[in-house]
Order: sequence, then C-alpha cells, then structure tokens
Amino acid sequence: MTRLARGAVPAAGLAALLALAPAAFADQHPFPLPPKEWPKPVDDEMPFVFLLGDRLEYQTREGPDARVWDVQGWIGGDYNKFWFKSEGEEVDGRAEDAEVQALYARRIAPFWHLQAGVRYDPKPRPSRSFAVLGLQGLAPYWFNLEATAFLSDEGDAAVRFEAEYDLLFTQRLILQPRLETNFAFSKVEALGIGGGFNDVELGLRLRYEIKREVAPYIGVNWNRQLGDTADFARRRGQDIENFFIVAGIRLWY
Amino acid sequence: MDRSARLVHRRHFLQMAALGLGAAGWRGLVSAYTAPAGGPAAPLWVTERGVDLVIARTPIAIGGRVGRAVTINGTVPGPLLRMREGENVTVRVTNRLEDDHTSIHWHGFIIPSEMDGVPGISFPGIKPGETFTYRFPVRQNGTYWYHSHSGFQEQLGHYGPIIIEPAGADPVSYDREHVVQLSDWTFENPRRVLSKMKKQGGVFNFQQRTVGDFFRDARQNGLRATIDERMQWGRMRMNPTDIQDITGSTYTYLMNGLPPQENWMALFSPGQRVRLRFINSAAQTMFNVRIPGLAMTVVQADGQDVHPVTVDEFQISVAETYDVIVTPKEDRAYTIFAEAMDRSGYTRGTLAPRPGMSAPVPALRERPVRTMIDMGMDMPGHETSGMAGMDHGAMQHGATPKPSATAGHDMGSMPGMGHGAMSSGAQPTPGMPGHEMGGMPGMAQAGPVVARHGPDTHGPGNTTVAMVQRSRLGEPPTGLDNVEHRVLVYTDLKALQPNKDFGPAGREIEIHLTGNMEAFIWGINGKRFSEVREPIQLQYGERVRITLVNDTMMEHPMHMHGMFKQIVNGAGPQMPRKHTISVRPAERLSYEFTADEPGNWAFHCHLLYHMEAGMFTFFNVPEPSGRGRS
Repeated sequence: MTRLARGAVPAAGLAALLALAPAAFADQHPFPLPPKEWPKPVDDEMPFVFLLGDRLEYQTREGPDARVWDVQGWIGGDYNKFWFKSEGEEVDGRAEDAEVQALYARRIAPFWHLQAGVRYDPKPRPSRSFAVLGLQGLAPYWFNLEATAFLSDEGDAAVRFEAEYDLLFTQRLILQPRLETNFAFSKVEALGIGGGFNDVELGLRLRYEIKREVAPYIGVNWNRQLGDTADFARRRGQDIENFFIVAGIRLWY
Repeated sequence: MDRSARLVHRRHFLQMAALGLGAAGWRGLVSAYTAPAGGPAAPLWVTERGVDLVIARTPIAIGGRVGRAVTINGTVPGPLLRMREGENVTVRVTNRLEDDHTSIHWHGFIIPSEMDGVPGISFPGIKPGETFTYRFPVRQNGTYWYHSHSGFQEQLGHYGPIIIEPAGADPVSYDREHVVQLSDWTFENPRRVLSKMKKQGGVFNFQQRTVGDFFRDARQNGLRATIDERMQWGRMRMNPTDIQDITGSTYTYLMNGLPPQENWMALFSPGQRVRLRFINSAAQTMFNVRIPGLAMTVVQADGQDVHPVTVDEFQISVAETYDVIVTPKEDRAYTIFAEAMDRSGYTRGTLAPRPGMSAPVPALRERPVRTMIDMGMDMPGHETSGMAGMDHGAMQHGATPKPSATAGHDMGSMPGMGHGAMSSGAQPTPGMPGHEMGGMPGMAQAGPVVARHGPDTHGPGNTTVAMVQRSRLGEPPTGLDNVEHRVLVYTDLKALQPNKDFGPAGREIEIHLTGNMEAFIWGINGKRFSEVREPIQLQYGERVRITLVNDTMMEHPMHMHGMFKQIVNGAGPQMPRKHTISVRPAERLSYEFTADEPGNWAFHCHLLYHMEAGMFTFFNVPEPSGRGRS
C-alpha cells in the first residue's frame, strides 16, 4: 500500500463524482450471472420433519385408568407445511375417543400458521368426519394457542380452543398449565354433545427436560362438562366432573 | 525469492521455531488420542508451483470424544498457508468426501470472481473425486483464512489460517508470531442442530430467565417495574437472554483445534514483541478475548493495517480477524481467554516462556441480557433531543436501491450527523457515548438515534423492526459495556494509510437484515435467498454506500466477498477496510466501496446457520469494456 499524497484525495473524489454521470457507466458489459444448473449457494428451502408427543400419559382416576395421547407434527418448510394431529383416550385397552387430522398449514404471520384440512373420528361410534380450519401459534406473552373450527359431515359446527404456557422453575424443570374448552353451535344428542360450551379442562404438568426433546412429567388434570352436555352425561349416569393424577412423557423430534 | 531464501530471514526463522516448539508443547501435554488430528499442522508455503489440499472425512478426538470432522490434509484447522503479496499462487484442492461437494473460499481476498470459491455463485463446486485448481495473484497482505462454502462443512472443521507477507516492509514490528484460530465444534450433526432450531425457539439456551429470577428482580427493581419489563418482552414474544442461537450446551470451543482442557500453547521470551493473529472461524460464536495481565495493541483488523490502539479486551465477531501485539515482560505464563459472547463456555490457551506451563483461567462472567435498545424501541424520556429535528416524512425507507438525493434526511439538529449530505468528508461521528442515557442497565453508552423504521414489516419471515435505529459503532460490544478495562469499539479502527479510493458515494442502497427467532427464519429484506435469487446490481467503477439496518435482536457479522468495505465510522479518508462487520441489534450502519472488481460477489451473514437459512444475497459488478477508462 502506497501512501497517498493529501492532494490525491480530492482528486479521487472528483473522479468518483465524474463517474456518476450515466455515460460513464455505458462503457461496460454485464458479468454473466451464475448458470441455473449450478447448485444453490445455500440450502434454505430444505424441508424438515417435526414430531411432537405433547402428552403421552397415564391417567389414574376413580374407575378404570386411562391412557391418553396427544401428538402432532409437520413436514415442510418455513412457510408451507403438511400438518397432522391425533389425540384420543384408551381405557382397558380399547380406544374410547380417537381423532386424526390432516391439514395444510401456511405461515401467515411471524408467529401464526393457518391450517385447513380434514378430521376423522373413528371413535366413538358412529365415526364422523369434519372439515377443519385452524389457527395455531404463539400469542403475545408466550401462550401457545390452537383455535380450531370443525364442520361435521352432518353439518354440525364446533370450535375448540387450547392454550399452553411454560413456566421455568429452572432451565429444565418446567411447569405447564394447560386449558382446553369446546364450544358447539348445535346439539348432537346421539353423541351426548350439547349446544354452547361443552366442557372445560385444566391441567398442570411439571416436566423435567432430560434433554430438550425428552421430558417425563407428572401432573394433575381436572375437567368438567357444562350445560346440556353435562345434562346428557348425568342422564347416562356418568360423572360430569373428573380429577386425575397424570404421569407421562413429552417427546419431540 | 525462493523458499530457502525466505527461511533464512531472521523473523521467519523465529516463526518456524515458535511453531515447532509450540507444536512440541501441546503434543507433550495432551493424551495420545489427539495425535492423528487437532492442533495446528505444519505451515505450507504457497507459490506459483502450488500446494495440494485434500478434503476428507477424518475422525478427530476433541475433549476425549471422537467426532467425524471434515478435514483439510487430515487436520482441524487445516494447515497454515503462507503466501507473499505480489506473487501468483496455485492451490489444488481434491475432494475425497464420499457424498458431498466441497469448495474453498479465500476469506477476505481480492480475487478473480471464478476463484472466489462459492458454489452456485462463482463456480459449480468440487464434486467427489475431483480436483479443482485455484490460481490467482495475491494482491494484499495480512491475516486471513480459508474455509468451505459448501453446506455445513465449515462447522465440521473445514477451515484454516492464512498469513500473507507484505511485498514491502511490514509496518508492524514483532519478534515472534502465533496464529490463534478460534472455532466452535459440535458432536451433533449440524443439520440436526439447524432442524432443532427450526422447531423450538431457544432450544440451546440454558440461561433463560426463571421464576426465581423474577422474584430476584422484583426485590431489586420493584414488583411493578419487574412485571412491566416482563410484559414488554412477552408482548413481543422475544427473549432477552437470546445472545447466541447455539451455545455451550452443544458446543466445545476450540483454540487452534484444541478444547480448553488441552490448553494450546504458544511460546515467548520475556520482553519479546509477540504478534497474535486472532481469527474467528466459528460457525456461530462471537468471542470476547483477553489476556489477563497483558495489554493488547490492535495493529490489524481483517488483514488491513490500522492505527495501533491498545485495549484490554476485544470482541471478535464470526469471520473477523484481529492482529494484536503483546509484550510480556515477566517470565511467567499468561492465559489467552476467549469467552463465548453469551458466557455459556470458553476456550483458552497459554502464552508461556516454556512448554507445560499454565496460568489461572478466569471464571465465566454473568451472561448479558438484551435491552429495549436492542429491540429498537422508543425509550421515553431518554431520546427526544436527538430526534426532534428529524424529518420523519423522509424516512420511509424502501428495501430497494435509491439515489442518495432522496435519502436526504434532515438531521440538522443532531450534532455531527451529516447523513443527508452523503459526503464522506463530513461523516457522522457514531458513538458519542453517554449523553443523557444514565439510569438504565446497558444503556449508559447507547449510541445516538439516527433514523426510524418505515411502515414495511418485511412479512412473516420477520418478527420485529428496528423502529428506532441507532448508530452503535462507538458502543462497547454486547456484554462488554460494564467491564472496567479498555474495550475495542469499531470507532477505534482507523486505516493506517488513507484509502486510495475515497469520495462521496453516488448512491445509497439500504438493506434490512431480518429474521424470525422462534422459527429460525433469516433473510435480507424479509426474503430468504431462494425467494429472490437476483443479484443487487452495481455499475463498474461506481462508488456506492451500503446502509445496513438490523431489524433483528441478534448480531449479524455481514461479510462481503471480493471487495473491502470502508466502514463509515468517522475516520474520514482513514475509514477502516473490513471484509466482515458485526451489525448489532437495531443498529444502522453504512459502509462505502468502489465497485471495481467485476464478478458475482456473495454478501451474507457469516453465522453459518443464518446463511444456510437464507440470509444471503450477492452483488453483480459488470466488466469494463476497454482499458481506456479513467
């Protein structure tokens, strides 16, 4: 590097100024762009596969114990995904409730995916099918939310709302409150579903993340049926309010 | 001119002796498992006749575990390459990987575009079994490095140091030199690391705030203030403890390929001037570097000589290099301590008069937290004076290039803020530390507000915008604002010689760095590379000002290939020339350069995982038609 004389600096500036005239740029030809057949410089559209067993648990309560699963996952990129969900309950080795959803999801805002697709409930009998429209994501103040609307093949409409929150006691010991409620726009008496708010479920699960992906937990769960749904249950001689101790594991990949 | 002639030069003799002894030192200290790889290899002189580099998968032992590294000639880092300014060099690179392309990028080199080594931009990459011959003239001198630009190979060990001897006299005098190449290593598959971050925000962060922290803060700052502060972060869904995406929970930090417990060793004789050439080759980790008991005089940044500035600690962002001179006078060992910016780990080595020595290793300091300044938020009661005279109407920044004339912000009320004039001779003076900023933690030294964000929120790939943009070049780096010793800031850097190309920029191109922490989406102007694929078009010979606005809450070491950036830091004609600059959260900074190198030049965040997630673009510079240009 040679030292520039002080006077050379304004001269260089002047040259740069002169170079601003459009004519100064005419005397050049394009440098070819990278050919399309070359590999991409970064692999930024790589798809990923996500699997989450949010609740894989054993519930003890009065009467027979139950096993519950609540799993979901997706395959896809940052903006477009195929999303699936399944949840259900098994008592004495028999599935009492079971549902599966297959959804297309699109990120419509930094924290939100809009989901659309179908749901099929093999249990309880008779099995039913639904169209699904959902919104899932992270709300302000770190609430994980799922709000989903269902329209059954019989024309019955319902909405489900789920919220979860993580409270860190330590970097690995995490308390997770959970709320779920269902609202039906129409009665389906054959299945014991009333109009309006059907039920509310509150859970409190304390997990320990051995690894981020592997977290056994214990907790409590309380649910209560509401309105007509509660009446239907009473008529059948079922409890409308349940309290369980739960133990399970949260896994993701 | 030939190799033997160089070796008899006294300084070179010392260098070789030092390297040899250093190697003997660490090999004596560590257990046998490090023998096949790890630690610096013997240096290679690169001339026109050429050297051969072989890229292969090699098992290496790090801290008692064996990982499968991508090695250059069998070691991590690869061999030190020495070159001489003004010569032509030849490097033949053979890909012995079974299933992956490879490449070598000459980081910081002024080089023909097709030799730059970026697959998909400058060449198609090197297929398995193939040999690619790099041949180019060496047009600069200083400390540089080389690394793969293919996938995650750099994370797996595919990097090495370069020293280019000046053609003339070196303005820096020293008796002995050592390369200190810092890096991060994970035994996890890097794709899995990326995949985890795509699925869960904060997955590697084990320094998050807990319920206990809430009560501690409530005791200290009051319940109301603590709730307000938590609510403010919660509203944004941002975590103030997000300092580095990937942490010591998976990383082992390395110095010249060795983890801290294996204690890389460098020798000196008391009273010698020792030149330490620091290179940060980490994939994702910024380091704060200090040598307790020794002042460090920074003499070079990114391979370019700077006016000597003496500090006690400096932050080296990813892909930067800093050369420092230390003069240890005592006959004792000193610890070279490189602490990860988030304080989740460190690496260290020892500078000692004899092999086998060590010095106390400092404890990790408490991790820093982000502030509302990092979030680009208004700070009521802290600002007003600076912003009062700004013409907000003119601040609707688009993401596209525009002539500087329309960017004429009226900043008249801000002392030293002649942005609108676009004249390099009347540059703003970033920094201006500490005016009316007391009272809030981490804000005592906040730089001045220079602009506000326009209405564009950059889409679902971007979470927040830097509503209030500051000049932060004069601020101590993240985590170093409260230390009681001298810390290097970007405004300290001044080119040793005035720049040959200097003058007003013809136009300003504003580029926003964007991201979505929770989903680990990173981009430029809200787009990942694949969504754009078009270059930023420059004209040959034009002088251009690039203004970077960081809308995210993480630092981004932005690296431009092919041409040096002159950082607009108030140094006038002595603006420091850098290949990489760390842009801080909510920072607005500018650099200028003359587009005088024809080619396609990658421009990207050098955090490997940000780049692979899409924070990448390129410039296209046309070729001059004739030689008759003035």
